[in-house]
Amino acid sequence: MQFFIEVMVGGLLAGVMYSLVALGFVLIYKASGVFNFAQGALVLFAALTFVSIEKMGVPFWIALAITLGIMVLMGVAIERIVLRRLVNQPPISLFMATIGLSFFIEGLAQTVWGTEVHGLELGITDEPFDVMGVFISKFDLFAATLSGVLVAGLALFFQKTKLGRALRAVADDHQAALSVGIPLKHIWAIVWAVAGFVALVAGMLWGSRLGVQFALTLVVLKALPVLILGGFTSVPGAIVGGLIVGAGEKLAEVYLGPFIGGGIENWFPYMLALVFLLVRPEGLFGERHIERV
Amino acid sequence: MSQTGIVPGHTDQQPSPFLLSVNNIEVIYNHVILVLKGVSLDVPEGSIVALLGGNGAGKSTTLKAISNLLASERGDVTKGSVEFRGERVDQLTPDALVKRGVVQVMEGRHCFGHLTVEENLLTGAYTRKASRAEIAQDLEKVYHYFPRLKVRRQSQAGYTSGGEQQMVAVGRALMARPSMILLDEPSMGLAPQIVEEIFEIVKDLNQKERVSFLLAEQNTMVALRYANFGYILENGRVVMDGAADELASNEDVKEFYLGLGGDGRKSFREVKHYRRRKRWLA
Ligand SMILES: Nc1ncnc2c1ncn2[C@@H]1O[C@H](COP(=O)(O)OP(=O)(O)OP(=O)(O)O)[C@@H](O)[C@H]1O
Ligand SMILES: [Mg+2]
Repeated sequence: MQFFIEVMVGGLLAGVMYSLVALGFVLIYKASGVFNFAQGALVLFAALTFVSIEKMGVPFWIALAITLGIMVLMGVAIERIVLRRLVNQPPISLFMATIGLSFFIEGLAQTVWGTEVHGLELGITDEPFDVMGVFISKFDLFAATLSGVLVAGLALFFQKTKLGRALRAVADDHQAALSVGIPLKHIWAIVWAVAGFVALVAGMLWGSRLGVQFALTLVVLKALPVLILGGFTSVPGAIVGGLIVGAGEKLAEVYLGPFIGGGIENWFPYMLALVFLLVRPEGLFGERHIERV
Repeated sequence: MSQTGIVPGHTDQQPSPFLLSVNNIEVIYNHVILVLKGVSLDVPEGSIVALLGGNGAGKSTTLKAISNLLASERGDVTKGSVEFRGERVDQLTPDALVKRGVVQVMEGRHCFGHLTVEENLLTGAYTRKASRAEIAQDLEKVYHYFPRLKVRRQSQAGYTSGGEQQMVAVGRALMARPSMILLDEPSMGLAPQIVEEIFEIVKDLNQKERVSFLLAEQNTMVALRYANFGYILENGRVVMDGAADELASNEDVKEFYLGLGGDGRKSFREVKHYRRRKRWLA
Protein backbone atom coordinates (compact mmCIF):
# COMPACT_ATOMS: atom_id res chain seq x y z
CA MET A 1 0.00 0.00 0.00
CA GLN A 2 2.71 2.40 0.90
CA PHE A 3 4.43 1.59 -2.36
CA PHE A 4 1.22 2.29 -4.25
CA ILE A 5 0.87 5.67 -2.60
CA GLU A 6 4.46 6.51 -3.34
CA VAL A 7 4.10 5.67 -7.02
CA MET A 8 0.87 7.57 -7.20
CA VAL A 9 2.15 10.69 -5.46
CA GLY A 10 5.25 10.66 -7.64
CA GLY A 11 3.00 10.38 -10.69
CA LEU A 12 0.69 13.16 -9.55
CA LEU A 13 3.54 15.52 -8.90
CA ALA A 14 5.11 14.75 -12.27
CA GLY A 15 1.69 15.23 -13.80
CA VAL A 16 1.59 18.81 -12.59
CA MET A 17 4.62 19.45 -14.76
CA TYR A 18 2.60 18.28 -17.75
CA SER A 19 -0.20 20.57 -16.68
CA LEU A 20 2.16 23.47 -16.78
CA VAL A 21 2.96 22.86 -20.43
CA ALA A 22 -0.69 22.23 -21.22
CA LEU A 23 -1.55 25.54 -19.61
CA GLY A 24 0.31 27.45 -22.30
CA PHE A 25 -1.89 25.81 -24.92
CA VAL A 26 -5.06 26.53 -23.00
CA LEU A 27 -4.19 30.21 -22.76
CA ILE A 28 -3.81 30.71 -26.48
CA TYR A 29 -6.73 28.47 -27.23
CA LYS A 30 -9.00 30.41 -24.93
CA ALA A 31 -8.07 33.73 -26.42
CA SER A 32 -8.00 32.91 -30.09
CA GLY A 33 -9.64 29.55 -30.50
CA VAL A 34 -6.54 28.08 -32.03
CA PHE A 35 -4.20 25.26 -31.09
CA ASN A 36 -0.80 26.87 -30.68
CA PHE A 37 1.65 24.49 -32.20
CA ALA A 38 4.50 26.81 -31.25
CA GLN A 39 4.09 26.37 -27.50
CA GLY A 40 6.90 23.80 -27.34
CA ALA A 41 9.18 26.13 -29.24
CA LEU A 42 8.36 28.87 -26.76
CA VAL A 43 9.30 26.57 -23.89
CA LEU A 44 12.66 25.85 -25.50
CA PHE A 45 13.27 29.45 -26.40
CA ALA A 46 12.47 30.70 -22.90
CA ALA A 47 14.64 28.14 -21.13
CA LEU A 48 17.52 28.57 -23.54
CA THR A 49 17.40 32.33 -23.27
CA PHE A 50 17.36 32.21 -19.50
CA VAL A 51 20.25 29.78 -19.23
CA SER A 52 22.35 31.64 -21.75
CA ILE A 53 21.85 34.95 -20.02
CA GLU A 54 22.63 33.42 -16.66
CA LYS A 55 25.80 31.86 -18.12
CA MET A 56 26.99 35.36 -18.93
CA GLY A 57 27.21 35.90 -15.21
CA VAL A 58 23.92 37.70 -14.71
CA PRO A 59 22.32 36.95 -11.33
CA PHE A 60 19.34 34.57 -11.26
CA TRP A 61 16.52 37.05 -10.68
CA ILE A 62 17.85 39.61 -13.13
CA ALA A 63 18.26 36.93 -15.79
CA LEU A 64 14.68 35.89 -15.08
CA ALA A 65 13.43 39.43 -15.46
CA ILE A 66 15.33 39.94 -18.71
CA THR A 67 14.00 36.67 -20.12
CA LEU A 68 10.50 37.64 -19.14
CA GLY A 69 10.98 40.95 -20.92
CA ILE A 70 12.13 39.14 -24.04
CA MET A 71 9.14 36.80 -23.92
CA VAL A 72 6.80 39.78 -23.68
CA LEU A 73 8.49 41.46 -26.64
CA MET A 74 8.17 38.24 -28.52
CA GLY A 75 4.43 38.09 -27.79
CA VAL A 76 4.01 41.61 -29.10
CA ALA A 77 6.10 40.83 -32.19
CA ILE A 78 4.10 37.70 -32.96
CA GLU A 79 0.90 39.71 -32.83
CA ARG A 80 2.35 42.48 -35.04
CA ILE A 81 3.92 40.30 -37.66
CA VAL A 82 1.69 37.26 -37.84
CA LEU A 83 -1.64 37.39 -36.03
CA ARG A 84 -2.79 40.87 -36.99
CA ARG A 85 -3.16 39.76 -40.57
CA LEU A 86 -5.18 36.72 -39.62
CA VAL A 87 -8.04 38.29 -37.69
CA ASN A 88 -11.33 36.66 -38.60
CA GLN A 89 -9.67 34.03 -40.78
CA PRO A 90 -10.56 30.37 -40.29
CA PRO A 91 -8.87 28.73 -37.28
CA ILE A 92 -6.96 26.43 -39.60
CA SER A 93 -5.09 29.42 -41.05
CA LEU A 94 -4.08 30.49 -37.58
CA PHE A 95 -3.05 26.94 -36.77
CA MET A 96 -0.84 26.76 -39.84
CA ALA A 97 0.68 30.07 -38.87
CA THR A 98 1.62 28.66 -35.46
CA ILE A 99 3.31 25.70 -37.14
CA GLY A 100 5.40 28.11 -39.14
CA LEU A 101 6.11 30.13 -36.03
CA SER A 102 7.17 27.01 -34.20
CA PHE A 103 9.96 26.23 -36.68
CA PHE A 104 10.99 29.84 -36.79
CA ILE A 105 11.27 30.15 -33.01
CA GLU A 106 13.16 26.86 -32.67
CA GLY A 107 15.57 28.01 -35.35
CA LEU A 108 15.92 31.42 -33.79
CA ALA A 109 16.64 29.98 -30.36
CA GLN A 110 19.37 27.75 -31.65
CA THR A 111 20.88 30.33 -33.98
CA VAL A 112 21.14 32.89 -31.22
CA TRP A 113 22.06 30.66 -28.30
CA GLY A 114 23.64 27.61 -29.95
CA THR A 115 22.68 23.97 -29.85
CA GLU A 116 24.66 22.64 -26.93
CA VAL A 117 22.90 21.14 -23.95
CA HIS A 118 22.93 23.34 -20.86
CA GLY A 119 22.39 22.28 -17.31
CA LEU A 120 19.98 24.38 -15.29
CA GLU A 121 20.27 24.61 -11.51
CA LEU A 122 17.33 26.02 -9.63
CA GLY A 123 18.93 25.45 -6.26
CA ILE A 124 16.39 22.86 -5.21
CA THR A 125 17.89 19.47 -4.66
CA ASP A 126 15.99 16.47 -5.82
CA GLU A 127 16.33 14.68 -2.51
CA PRO A 128 13.33 12.76 -1.24
CA PHE A 129 11.84 13.55 2.14
CA ASP A 130 9.56 11.66 4.37
CA VAL A 131 5.89 12.58 4.81
CA MET A 132 4.19 10.10 7.11
CA GLY A 133 6.22 7.23 5.76
CA VAL A 134 5.84 8.22 2.09
CA PHE A 135 8.89 9.54 0.29
CA ILE A 136 8.28 12.62 -1.79
CA SER A 137 10.74 14.39 -4.05
CA LYS A 138 11.41 17.90 -2.87
CA PHE A 139 11.80 19.13 -6.42
CA ASP A 140 8.51 17.60 -7.51
CA LEU A 141 6.79 19.22 -4.59
CA PHE A 142 8.27 22.58 -5.45
CA ALA A 143 7.28 22.25 -9.10
CA ALA A 144 3.79 21.18 -8.18
CA THR A 145 3.29 24.08 -5.80
CA LEU A 146 4.54 26.60 -8.31
CA SER A 147 2.28 25.19 -11.01
CA GLY A 148 -0.65 25.10 -8.65
CA VAL A 149 -0.26 28.76 -7.79
CA LEU A 150 0.10 29.69 -11.43
CA VAL A 151 -3.00 27.76 -12.42
CA ALA A 152 -5.12 29.14 -9.62
CA GLY A 153 -4.04 32.64 -10.55
CA LEU A 154 -4.84 32.18 -14.21
CA ALA A 155 -8.18 30.54 -13.52
CA LEU A 156 -9.20 33.50 -11.39
CA PHE A 157 -7.90 35.90 -13.99
CA PHE A 158 -9.99 34.35 -16.75
CA GLN A 159 -13.13 34.00 -14.70
CA LYS A 160 -13.16 37.14 -12.64
CA THR A 161 -11.41 39.99 -14.40
CA LYS A 162 -12.51 42.30 -17.16
CA LEU A 163 -9.50 41.42 -19.25
CA GLY A 164 -10.06 37.69 -18.71
CA ARG A 165 -13.64 38.06 -19.85
CA ALA A 166 -12.50 39.95 -22.92
CA LEU A 167 -10.06 37.14 -23.71
CA ARG A 168 -12.83 34.57 -23.59
CA ALA A 169 -15.00 36.81 -25.74
CA VAL A 170 -12.27 37.05 -28.35
CA ALA A 171 -11.96 33.28 -28.42
CA ASP A 172 -15.68 32.98 -29.14
CA ASP A 173 -15.95 35.53 -31.90
CA HIS A 174 -13.22 37.83 -33.18
CA GLN A 175 -15.51 40.03 -35.20
CA ALA A 176 -18.05 40.49 -32.42
CA ALA A 177 -15.25 41.31 -29.99
CA LEU A 178 -14.06 44.03 -32.35
CA SER A 179 -17.59 45.33 -32.72
CA VAL A 180 -17.98 45.97 -28.99
CA GLY A 181 -14.64 47.74 -28.87
CA ILE A 182 -12.32 45.04 -27.56
CA PRO A 183 -8.96 45.86 -29.17
CA LEU A 184 -7.92 42.50 -30.55
CA LYS A 185 -4.36 43.62 -31.11
CA HIS A 186 -3.69 44.37 -27.45
CA ILE A 187 -5.48 41.28 -26.31
CA TRP A 188 -3.44 38.96 -28.46
CA ALA A 189 -0.18 40.60 -27.56
CA ILE A 190 -1.06 40.19 -23.88
CA VAL A 191 -2.05 36.56 -24.25
CA TRP A 192 1.08 35.62 -26.12
CA ALA A 193 3.16 37.43 -23.56
CA VAL A 194 1.44 35.49 -20.76
CA ALA A 195 1.87 32.25 -22.72
CA GLY A 196 5.54 33.18 -23.00
CA PHE A 197 5.69 33.60 -19.24
CA VAL A 198 4.09 30.21 -18.66
CA ALA A 199 6.53 28.75 -21.19
CA LEU A 200 9.37 30.26 -19.21
CA VAL A 201 8.24 28.63 -15.97
CA ALA A 202 7.67 25.31 -17.72
CA GLY A 203 10.99 25.58 -19.53
CA MET A 204 12.88 26.20 -16.32
CA LEU A 205 11.28 23.34 -14.43
CA TRP A 206 11.61 20.89 -17.31
CA GLY A 207 15.02 22.26 -18.20
CA SER A 208 16.36 21.55 -14.76
CA ARG A 209 15.02 18.02 -15.13
CA LEU A 210 16.07 17.15 -18.66
CA GLY A 211 18.73 19.74 -19.30
CA VAL A 212 18.02 22.68 -21.55
CA GLN A 213 18.11 21.24 -25.04
CA PHE A 214 16.11 20.68 -28.16
CA ALA A 215 14.29 17.73 -26.61
CA LEU A 216 12.35 20.25 -24.52
CA THR A 217 10.14 20.94 -27.52
CA LEU A 218 9.00 17.34 -27.34
CA VAL A 219 7.57 17.85 -23.89
CA VAL A 220 4.57 19.33 -25.63
CA LEU A 221 3.71 15.90 -26.97
CA LYS A 222 2.91 14.87 -23.42
CA ALA A 223 0.69 17.90 -23.11
CA LEU A 224 -1.61 16.62 -25.85
CA PRO A 225 -3.25 13.82 -23.87
CA VAL A 226 -3.49 16.21 -20.95
CA LEU A 227 -5.42 18.66 -23.09
CA ILE A 228 -7.69 16.00 -24.51
CA LEU A 229 -8.50 14.75 -21.03
CA GLY A 230 -8.95 18.12 -19.41
CA GLY A 231 -10.40 20.04 -22.32
CA PHE A 232 -8.67 22.65 -24.42
CA THR A 233 -10.56 25.53 -22.92
CA SER A 234 -10.23 24.85 -19.23
CA VAL A 235 -7.47 26.01 -16.93
CA PRO A 236 -8.51 23.66 -14.10
CA GLY A 237 -8.92 20.99 -16.76
CA ALA A 238 -5.26 21.29 -17.62
CA ILE A 239 -4.39 20.56 -14.01
CA VAL A 240 -6.73 17.63 -13.57
CA GLY A 241 -5.73 16.22 -16.95
CA GLY A 242 -2.08 16.49 -15.96
CA LEU A 243 -2.72 14.72 -12.67
CA ILE A 244 -4.56 11.88 -14.38
CA VAL A 245 -1.90 11.44 -17.02
CA GLY A 246 0.94 11.65 -14.51
CA ALA A 247 -0.54 9.21 -12.02
CA GLY A 248 -1.99 6.97 -14.73
CA GLU A 249 1.24 6.46 -16.62
CA LYS A 250 3.29 5.71 -13.51
CA LEU A 251 0.73 3.29 -12.08
CA ALA A 252 0.34 1.58 -15.43
CA GLU A 253 4.08 1.24 -15.74
CA VAL A 254 4.47 -0.29 -12.30
CA TYR A 255 1.39 -2.50 -12.17
CA LEU A 256 0.65 -3.38 -15.80
CA GLY A 257 4.25 -3.23 -16.99
CA PRO A 258 5.26 -6.68 -15.75
CA PHE A 259 2.41 -8.28 -17.70
CA ILE A 260 2.46 -6.36 -20.97
CA GLY A 261 6.11 -5.48 -21.04
CA GLY A 262 7.84 -2.25 -20.04
CA GLY A 263 7.58 1.15 -21.68
CA ILE A 264 3.83 1.47 -21.14
CA GLU A 265 4.52 4.87 -19.71
CA ASN A 266 5.23 6.14 -23.20
CA TRP A 267 1.98 5.23 -24.83
CA PHE A 268 -0.48 4.84 -21.98
CA PRO A 269 -1.50 8.54 -21.89
CA TYR A 270 -2.31 8.48 -25.60
CA MET A 271 -4.45 5.38 -25.18
CA LEU A 272 -6.27 7.08 -22.36
CA ALA A 273 -6.75 10.18 -24.49
CA LEU A 274 -8.04 8.12 -27.38
CA VAL A 275 -10.64 6.45 -25.22
CA PHE A 276 -11.63 9.84 -23.91
CA LEU A 277 -11.98 11.27 -27.39
CA LEU A 278 -14.51 8.59 -28.15
CA VAL A 279 -16.51 9.08 -24.99
CA ARG A 280 -16.23 12.77 -24.23
CA PRO A 281 -14.55 14.72 -27.00
CA GLU A 282 -14.72 18.08 -25.25
CA GLY A 283 -12.71 16.73 -22.31
CA LEU A 284 -13.61 16.70 -18.64
CA PHE A 285 -13.93 20.44 -18.23
CA GLY A 286 -13.92 21.73 -21.78
CA GLU A 287 -16.68 23.82 -23.21
CA ARG A 288 -19.09 21.88 -25.27
CA HIS A 289 -19.19 23.00 -28.83
CA ILE A 290 -22.38 24.98 -29.21
CA GLU A 291 -23.91 24.27 -32.57
CA ARG A 292 -26.95 26.49 -32.51
CA VAL A 293 -26.59 30.31 -32.64
CA MET B 1 -13.71 78.17 -51.47
CA SER B 2 -15.58 80.38 -53.93
CA GLN B 3 -16.18 77.28 -56.03
CA THR B 4 -17.61 75.14 -53.30
CA GLY B 5 -19.60 78.01 -51.86
CA ILE B 6 -22.10 77.70 -54.66
CA VAL B 7 -22.70 74.00 -54.12
CA PRO B 8 -25.64 73.37 -51.83
CA GLY B 9 -25.37 70.93 -48.95
CA HIS B 10 -22.20 70.12 -47.09
CA THR B 11 -18.81 69.34 -48.56
CA ASP B 12 -15.57 68.02 -47.16
CA GLN B 13 -14.65 71.53 -46.06
CA GLN B 14 -17.81 72.17 -44.11
CA PRO B 15 -18.52 69.88 -41.19
CA SER B 16 -21.83 68.13 -41.53
CA PRO B 17 -24.71 69.28 -39.33
CA PHE B 18 -25.84 65.68 -38.89
CA LEU B 19 -24.87 63.22 -36.17
CA LEU B 20 -23.60 60.82 -38.81
CA SER B 21 -22.83 61.58 -42.43
CA VAL B 22 -21.69 59.09 -44.98
CA ASN B 23 -20.36 60.85 -48.05
CA ASN B 24 -20.15 59.00 -51.31
CA ILE B 25 -18.28 55.94 -50.06
CA GLU B 26 -17.01 53.22 -52.29
CA VAL B 27 -16.11 49.80 -50.88
CA ILE B 28 -14.02 47.12 -52.52
CA TYR B 29 -13.59 43.59 -51.14
CA ASN B 30 -10.42 41.61 -51.82
CA HIS B 31 -9.11 44.49 -53.95
CA VAL B 32 -11.40 43.55 -56.82
CA ILE B 33 -15.05 43.21 -55.86
CA LEU B 34 -16.68 46.62 -56.01
CA VAL B 35 -19.66 46.43 -53.68
CA LEU B 36 -20.59 50.01 -52.75
CA LYS B 37 -20.56 52.41 -55.66
CA GLY B 38 -20.89 55.75 -53.94
CA VAL B 39 -23.29 55.63 -51.02
CA SER B 40 -24.27 58.78 -49.15
CA LEU B 41 -26.61 59.07 -46.24
CA ASP B 42 -27.24 61.21 -43.18
CA VAL B 43 -28.53 60.39 -39.73
CA PRO B 44 -29.87 63.36 -37.76
CA GLU B 45 -29.39 63.34 -34.00
CA GLY B 46 -32.12 61.47 -32.20
CA SER B 47 -33.60 59.76 -35.25
CA ILE B 48 -34.13 56.24 -36.50
CA VAL B 49 -32.98 55.88 -40.09
CA ALA B 50 -33.73 52.72 -42.05
CA LEU B 51 -31.40 51.34 -44.66
CA LEU B 52 -33.45 49.06 -46.87
CA GLY B 53 -32.77 46.71 -49.72
CA GLY B 54 -32.68 43.09 -50.76
CA ASN B 55 -30.04 40.41 -50.35
CA GLY B 56 -26.59 41.61 -51.31
CA ALA B 57 -27.65 45.22 -51.79
CA GLY B 58 -24.80 46.37 -49.57
CA LYS B 59 -26.56 47.25 -46.31
CA SER B 60 -24.22 45.32 -44.05
CA THR B 61 -21.23 46.56 -46.00
CA THR B 62 -22.36 50.14 -45.45
CA LEU B 63 -22.70 49.62 -41.71
CA LYS B 64 -19.30 47.94 -41.46
CA ALA B 65 -17.73 50.71 -43.48
CA ILE B 66 -19.02 53.13 -40.85
CA SER B 67 -17.92 51.07 -37.85
CA ASN B 68 -14.54 50.26 -39.45
CA LEU B 69 -15.11 46.53 -39.24
CA LEU B 70 -14.31 45.98 -42.91
CA ALA B 71 -10.58 45.55 -42.50
CA SER B 72 -10.97 42.13 -40.92
CA GLU B 73 -13.11 41.03 -43.86
CA ARG B 74 -10.61 42.20 -46.43
CA GLY B 75 -12.76 45.12 -47.41
CA ASP B 76 -11.53 48.66 -48.07
CA VAL B 77 -13.21 52.01 -48.22
CA THR B 78 -11.55 53.37 -51.33
CA LYS B 79 -13.47 56.64 -51.73
CA GLY B 80 -15.58 58.99 -49.72
CA SER B 81 -15.68 59.83 -46.05
CA VAL B 82 -17.60 59.17 -42.86
CA GLU B 83 -18.22 61.93 -40.35
CA PHE B 84 -19.55 61.58 -36.84
CA ARG B 85 -20.46 64.81 -35.05
CA GLY B 86 -18.68 66.66 -37.84
CA GLU B 87 -15.38 64.84 -37.46
CA ARG B 88 -13.85 62.37 -39.86
CA VAL B 89 -13.92 58.92 -38.29
CA ASP B 90 -13.05 56.66 -41.20
CA GLN B 91 -9.48 56.08 -40.08
CA LEU B 92 -10.34 55.17 -36.50
CA THR B 93 -10.04 51.68 -35.07
CA PRO B 94 -13.33 50.03 -34.11
CA ASP B 95 -12.62 50.48 -30.40
CA ALA B 96 -11.90 54.20 -30.81
CA LEU B 97 -15.23 54.58 -32.54
CA VAL B 98 -17.00 52.69 -29.76
CA LYS B 99 -15.42 55.12 -27.29
CA ARG B 100 -16.89 58.00 -29.26
CA GLY B 101 -20.32 56.42 -29.00
CA VAL B 102 -20.91 54.45 -32.19
CA VAL B 103 -21.52 50.72 -31.74
CA GLN B 104 -22.55 48.17 -34.30
CA VAL B 105 -24.86 45.25 -33.58
CA MET B 106 -23.90 42.80 -36.26
CA GLU B 107 -26.18 40.82 -38.50
CA GLY B 108 -26.77 37.38 -37.04
CA ARG B 109 -26.35 38.73 -33.48
CA HIS B 110 -22.90 37.32 -32.80
CA CYS B 111 -23.23 36.74 -29.08
CA PHE B 112 -20.31 35.22 -27.27
CA GLY B 113 -21.77 31.74 -27.08
CA HIS B 114 -19.73 30.43 -24.18
CA LEU B 115 -20.14 33.49 -22.02
CA THR B 116 -23.20 33.92 -19.86
CA VAL B 117 -25.80 36.48 -20.80
CA GLU B 118 -24.53 38.81 -18.11
CA GLU B 119 -20.91 38.37 -19.14
CA ASN B 120 -21.92 39.18 -22.69
CA LEU B 121 -23.48 42.41 -21.50
CA LEU B 122 -20.39 43.26 -19.45
CA THR B 123 -18.09 42.90 -22.45
CA GLY B 124 -20.04 45.78 -23.97
CA ALA B 125 -18.58 48.07 -21.31
CA TYR B 126 -15.01 47.08 -22.14
CA THR B 127 -14.01 50.48 -23.50
CA ARG B 128 -15.40 52.38 -20.52
CA LYS B 129 -13.49 53.38 -17.47
CA ALA B 130 -16.49 53.27 -15.22
CA SER B 131 -16.76 52.28 -11.58
CA ARG B 132 -18.30 48.99 -10.55
CA ALA B 133 -21.35 50.78 -9.24
CA GLU B 134 -21.86 52.61 -12.49
CA ILE B 135 -21.58 49.39 -14.49
CA ALA B 136 -24.02 47.65 -12.15
CA GLN B 137 -26.44 50.52 -12.64
CA ASP B 138 -26.20 50.25 -16.41
CA LEU B 139 -26.73 46.50 -16.21
CA GLU B 140 -29.94 47.14 -14.32
CA LYS B 141 -30.97 49.59 -17.00
CA VAL B 142 -30.45 46.97 -19.70
CA TYR B 143 -32.45 44.48 -17.63
CA HIS B 144 -35.15 47.10 -17.33
CA TYR B 145 -35.48 47.25 -21.11
CA PHE B 146 -35.01 43.49 -21.53
CA PRO B 147 -36.55 41.85 -18.45
CA ARG B 148 -36.15 38.46 -20.08
CA LEU B 149 -32.40 38.78 -19.98
CA LYS B 150 -32.44 39.23 -16.23
CA VAL B 151 -34.11 35.87 -15.84
CA ARG B 152 -31.52 34.26 -18.08
CA ARG B 153 -28.52 36.20 -16.84
CA GLN B 154 -26.60 33.09 -15.79
CA SER B 155 -27.33 31.02 -18.91
CA GLN B 156 -24.72 30.54 -21.56
CA ALA B 157 -25.69 32.85 -24.38
CA GLY B 158 -25.20 30.11 -26.97
CA TYR B 159 -28.11 28.20 -25.50
CA THR B 160 -30.62 31.05 -25.46
CA SER B 161 -33.27 31.58 -28.12
CA GLY B 162 -32.77 33.69 -31.22
CA GLY B 163 -34.87 36.51 -29.82
CA GLU B 164 -32.97 36.48 -26.55
CA GLN B 165 -29.69 36.55 -28.44
CA GLN B 166 -30.84 39.59 -30.36
CA MET B 167 -31.66 41.21 -27.03
CA VAL B 168 -28.24 40.28 -25.69
CA ALA B 169 -26.61 41.82 -28.75
CA VAL B 170 -28.52 45.09 -28.37
CA GLY B 171 -28.07 45.11 -24.59
CA ARG B 172 -24.36 44.53 -25.01
CA ALA B 173 -24.14 47.52 -27.32
CA LEU B 174 -26.07 49.64 -24.81
CA MET B 175 -23.47 48.90 -22.14
CA ALA B 176 -21.07 51.10 -24.11
CA ARG B 177 -23.46 54.03 -23.54
CA PRO B 178 -23.62 54.77 -27.24
CA SER B 179 -25.20 57.80 -28.83
CA MET B 180 -25.63 55.82 -32.02
CA ILE B 181 -26.27 52.15 -32.74
CA LEU B 182 -25.76 50.60 -36.15
CA LEU B 183 -28.29 47.80 -36.03
CA ASP B 184 -28.00 45.17 -38.72
CA GLU B 185 -31.06 43.12 -39.47
CA PRO B 186 -32.52 42.63 -36.00
CA SER B 187 -35.55 40.82 -37.42
CA MET B 188 -33.54 38.08 -39.09
CA GLY B 189 -34.99 34.65 -38.40
CA LEU B 190 -37.35 35.82 -35.66
CA ALA B 191 -41.07 35.28 -35.22
CA PRO B 192 -43.19 38.35 -36.03
CA GLN B 193 -44.19 39.07 -32.43
CA ILE B 194 -40.56 38.91 -31.26
CA VAL B 195 -39.62 41.27 -34.09
CA GLU B 196 -42.31 43.64 -32.91
CA GLU B 197 -41.07 43.38 -29.32
CA ILE B 198 -37.54 44.22 -30.35
CA PHE B 199 -38.58 47.16 -32.50
CA GLU B 200 -40.68 48.51 -29.64
CA ILE B 201 -37.60 48.46 -27.48
CA VAL B 202 -35.61 50.20 -30.19
CA LYS B 203 -38.25 52.92 -30.25
CA ASP B 204 -38.12 53.16 -26.47
CA LEU B 205 -34.36 53.45 -26.45
CA ASN B 206 -34.57 56.09 -29.13
CA GLN B 207 -37.09 58.17 -27.22
CA LYS B 208 -35.95 57.70 -23.63
CA GLU B 209 -32.21 57.21 -23.97
CA ARG B 210 -31.84 59.44 -27.02
CA VAL B 211 -29.95 56.77 -28.92
CA SER B 212 -29.96 57.32 -32.68
CA PHE B 213 -30.27 54.28 -34.90
CA LEU B 214 -29.13 53.39 -38.37
CA LEU B 215 -31.11 50.28 -39.05
CA ALA B 216 -30.40 47.87 -41.90
CA GLU B 217 -33.45 45.75 -42.70
CA GLN B 218 -34.90 43.52 -45.36
CA ASN B 219 -38.16 43.66 -43.50
CA THR B 220 -39.17 46.94 -45.16
CA MET B 221 -42.67 47.07 -43.77
CA VAL B 222 -41.72 46.87 -40.11
CA ALA B 223 -38.64 49.04 -40.47
CA LEU B 224 -40.54 51.88 -42.11
CA ARG B 225 -43.15 51.77 -39.39
CA TYR B 226 -40.55 52.53 -36.74
CA ALA B 227 -38.12 54.71 -38.70
CA ASN B 228 -38.28 58.44 -39.34
CA PHE B 229 -36.42 58.30 -42.59
CA GLY B 230 -35.37 55.63 -45.07
CA TYR B 231 -32.84 54.94 -47.78
CA ILE B 232 -33.28 52.19 -50.34
CA LEU B 233 -30.14 50.53 -51.49
CA GLU B 234 -29.86 48.49 -54.66
CA ASN B 235 -26.74 46.93 -55.99
CA GLY B 236 -24.45 49.22 -54.01
CA ARG B 237 -26.25 52.48 -54.74
CA VAL B 238 -28.94 54.52 -53.03
CA VAL B 239 -31.85 54.45 -55.45
CA MET B 240 -34.42 56.24 -53.37
CA ASP B 241 -34.74 58.05 -50.08
CA GLY B 242 -37.38 59.90 -48.16
CA ALA B 243 -39.41 60.22 -45.01
CA ALA B 244 -40.52 56.83 -43.78
CA ASP B 245 -44.24 57.41 -44.28
CA GLU B 246 -43.65 58.73 -47.79
CA LEU B 247 -41.61 55.69 -48.69
CA ALA B 248 -44.18 53.39 -47.19
CA SER B 249 -46.89 54.90 -49.36
CA ASN B 250 -44.79 55.21 -52.50
CA GLU B 251 -46.20 53.04 -55.28
CA ASP B 252 -42.83 51.74 -56.46
CA VAL B 253 -41.71 50.82 -52.99
CA LYS B 254 -45.01 49.13 -52.36
CA GLU B 255 -44.71 47.18 -55.54
CA PHE B 256 -41.19 46.03 -54.97
CA TYR B 257 -41.00 45.59 -51.23
CA LEU B 258 -44.35 45.61 -49.62
CA GLY B 259 -46.98 44.44 -52.06
CA LEU B 260 -45.58 41.05 -52.82
CA GLY B 261 -46.34 39.37 -49.49
CA GLY B 262 -44.35 36.42 -48.21
CA ASP B 263 -40.92 35.94 -49.72
CA GLY B 264 -41.97 37.25 -53.10
CA ARG B 265 -39.51 40.04 -53.67
CA LYS B 266 -38.95 40.52 -57.38
CA SER B 267 -35.86 39.24 -59.05
CA PHE B 268 -32.69 41.15 -59.72
CA ARG B 269 -33.56 41.67 -63.36
CA GLU B 270 -36.81 43.34 -62.42
CA VAL B 271 -34.98 45.51 -59.94
CA LYS B 272 -32.76 46.71 -62.73
CA HIS B 273 -35.82 47.38 -64.77
CA TYR B 274 -37.13 49.38 -61.88
CA ARG B 275 -34.02 51.51 -61.83
CA ARG B 276 -34.22 52.11 -65.54
CA ARG B 277 -37.80 53.19 -65.21
CA LYS B 278 -36.89 55.50 -62.36
CA ARG B 279 -34.44 57.25 -64.64
CA TRP B 280 -37.09 57.80 -67.26
CA LEU B 281 -39.44 59.17 -64.70
CA ALA B 282 -36.87 61.56 -63.34
N1 LIG C 1 -16.18 39.62 -47.21
C1 LIG C 1 -16.67 39.73 -48.45
N2 LIG C 1 -15.90 39.43 -49.51
C2 LIG C 1 -16.40 39.55 -50.76
N3 LIG C 1 -17.64 39.95 -51.05
C3 LIG C 1 -18.46 40.26 -50.03
C4 LIG C 1 -18.01 40.17 -48.69
N4 LIG C 1 -19.03 40.54 -47.88
C5 LIG C 1 -20.05 40.84 -48.71
N5 LIG C 1 -19.72 40.69 -49.99
C6 LIG C 1 -20.57 40.95 -51.16
O1 LIG C 1 -20.99 42.28 -51.11
C7 LIG C 1 -22.34 42.40 -51.53
C8 LIG C 1 -23.11 43.15 -50.47
O2 LIG C 1 -23.15 42.38 -49.29
P1 LIG C 1 -23.83 42.86 -47.95
O3 LIG C 1 -23.59 41.83 -46.93
O4 LIG C 1 -23.40 44.25 -47.66
O5 LIG C 1 -25.35 42.88 -48.39
P2 LIG C 1 -26.64 43.09 -47.50
O6 LIG C 1 -27.41 44.20 -48.13
O7 LIG C 1 -26.30 43.24 -46.09
O8 LIG C 1 -27.41 41.74 -47.76
P3 LIG C 1 -28.26 40.81 -46.75
O9 LIG C 1 -29.61 41.42 -46.67
O10 LIG C 1 -28.27 39.50 -47.42
O11 LIG C 1 -27.56 40.82 -45.45
C9 LIG C 1 -22.83 41.00 -51.77
O12 LIG C 1 -22.83 40.79 -53.17
C10 LIG C 1 -21.84 40.12 -51.11
O13 LIG C 1 -21.68 38.93 -51.83
MG1 LIG D 1 -26.60 42.14 -44.44
